[in-house]
Amino acid sequence: MSAFAAQVESLRPQLLRYARSQLRNDAWAEDAVSETLLAALERPQAFAGQSQLKTWLVGILKHKVIDQLRRHTRECALLSDDDETDVDELLFKADGHWHEAPQEWGSPEQTLGQRQFFEVLELCMERLPQTQGRVFMMREWLELGTDEICKELSITSTNLWVLLHRARLRLRDCLQQGWFAGRPVT
Amino acid sequence: MEQYNCRQATRLMLQEQDRELTSAERAALQFHLGICAACRKFRNQAEVMRQAMARWRAYGNSDESDSP
Repeated sequence: MSAFAAQVESLRPQLLRYARSQLRNDAWAEDAVSETLLAALERPQAFAGQSQLKTWLVGILKHKVIDQLRRHTRECALLSDDDETDVDELLFKADGHWHEAPQEWGSPEQTLGQRQFFEVLELCMERLPQTQGRVFMMREWLELGTDEICKELSITSTNLWVLLHRARLRLRDCLQQGWFAGRPVT
Repeated sequence: MEQYNCRQATRLMLQEQDRELTSAERAALQFHLGICAACRKFRNQAEVMRQAMARWRAYGNSDESDSP
């Protein structure tokens, strides 16, 4: 194996983690990563000093991941029971007030300077229900606009807003438990 | 001006991360935040999450081998 191939191969686990987190399906994630590595190895000259290797590979991976989302549009938009849970009902009373007021998280700098926080954050993203997780990652990792996400998944904007809303509230709850209250994320 | 309860204010504070709010929404939200300490805490939480995601994204786009 050439040094370049070895370097590319060494990034496979990281790429796979991103792909899994976005696609929520191991077989599709493996396909997206294999296609990425193949594309990279077939055209090493495309890399030639233009950027950092991981940055370049992640850029290719994002395209391959979108291909997979398109290939499996219908399955990607299926809602699990977990996706359907009305998180608002757990958080708010019938009159719209909080059941339990949000806790003080302190300043962003205080939290974001700590490396372990990001391990908890990644775990919490992986714990999102499957379709909420896909939509959330499309927004936050693929950086697609809300219209694009609706188009790619063939869902209505009402559905999209509900999914994003629930995903962000669940993420908040997971960070509250797993980081700010210091309990292990399960 | 419409008067929001916490549930409605929370919905907008999250949507703010994905779209621009209208001036009417912003005004009603500011009004609610002025009178609701719980939602001010939530807004800070939303801001921590917004900055966390930005930092996480920047890390994914760089060659550093560990988290930020």
